Amino acid sequence: MSTDDSPYGLLDDDHDDGHRWAFGTGFADPLAGVEGAVPPGVDRAALARYCLALGDDALIYSHRLQQWVTRMPELEEETAIANIALDLLGQARMLLARAGGILGRTEDQLAFFRDEKDFRNVRLAEHADRDFAELVGRLLIFSTWRLALFDALSGFPDPVLAAIASKGAKELSYHRDYAARWVVRLGDGTALSHQRMQDALAAIWPLLGELFGPGEETQVAVPAGEFDAVIDTVLAAAGLDRPGATPLAGIGGRTGRDGVHTEAMGYILAELQVIARAHPDATW
Amino acid sequence: MVTAPRAACAAAAATPDPELPMLTVADLGILRAVDTTAEGVVVTITPTYSGCPAMPEISADIRRRLRRAGYRDVEVRLRLAPAWSSDWITEEGRRKLAAAGIAPPPGTPRHRGPVPLTLGQPPSPGCPRCGSSRTRRTAEFGATACRSLHRCAECGEPFEAVKPL
Repeated sequence: MSTDDSPYGLLDDDHDDGHRWAFGTGFADPLAGVEGAVPPGVDRAALARYCLALGDDALIYSHRLQQWVTRMPELEEETAIANIALDLLGQARMLLARAGGILGRTEDQLAFFRDEKDFRNVRLAEHADRDFAELVGRLLIFSTWRLALFDALSGFPDPVLAAIASKGAKELSYHRDYAARWVVRLGDGTALSHQRMQDALAAIWPLLGELFGPGEETQVAVPAGEFDAVIDTVLAAAGLDRPGATPLAGIGGRTGRDGVHTEAMGYILAELQVIARAHPDATW
Repeated sequence: MVTAPRAACAAAAATPDPELPMLTVADLGILRAVDTTAEGVVVTITPTYSGCPAMPEISADIRRRLRRAGYRDVEVRLRLAPAWSSDWITEEGRRKLAAAGIAPPPGTPRHRGPVPLTLGQPPSPGCPRCGSSRTRRTAEFGATACRSLHRCAECGEPFEAVKPL
């Protein structure tokens, strides 16, 4: 291998586009180079709203997972959560870029310069996990739901959203299986781990209702039977009971998808957006 | 479809993956097409993972290599569908991975309908160092999105594997 061909030899090489071989130094539009025309017959405004909602779910959830990094019980779980957060951030970037392409805004403008009432994520995404049991329980619920949704979206009339969903479904299937194995391990573990896993499910369950509710932007129905079948299988293997919780009410019937969030959301956005807002023209 | 001159194809195909530098984009199976149009050379690639930070680097490197090969107008396009699968890694790519001590991915299972839940430990690939099948997965997630960690009970060595996707 000549020096010219060695990737390590390229480390100190000047690249075009301002890119270097250190990652994260050149953020380009994640959909740059993608054929992006919205097909005739697809409602552009509705498509933008839907991509925004699905992108916000991933962005906010990813941020919540990132907050766990350096706080996990073992290095292997640390790596797992960081990787899952990265997958979701990748999904968020593509979905926000798709919405932004229609709305005339960039992914950064959408992520960093919208206010809380303009975020359309479900409230499950913003929930603060109190312990590892809540982390894996919530991840099981979220990834099982999103996988069923993305499977259904793989035949969506907009080819870009369909492609993002098909690709994301592959990632979500191993996020789900990772979470499911931990739920079983804790539920089927010691009396203490069992109790904490059961308590975690009770804390998360009120946030489930919103996932299946009809919303203005909902364009495909999540097969609830598919979701239930997976969750019931995991709970049975874990020896856990399905909590009988009342869904968390909205305000005047309005919830996360309507821009009405829980108290947690303001704190998330403060942390997520502070640098971009303090230095709006900064590049790095 | 390949309509570009052989030199352009060769220059694009030889671009290494920054995270698995023993593999080229051709070995990895992400190079979809190299075409010549009125605007210049158009290279089409398919991303691996949604959040993979290597994609902009790979695109920039393809452009740089083609310019160095004498092509002035180079465009890199992304094709999102069908989504990349580790099944697209070529035989040559698999050999290179194994030679570098990284177990190549097993075939991805085909399924109809919902993706089946896997609660047990999935099978661990054979050891790329000694060939033993007495291995176990030590972590589902590794240093990059595409790799998992394993250990061989026969030779005692830890090794990485490319995950089936």
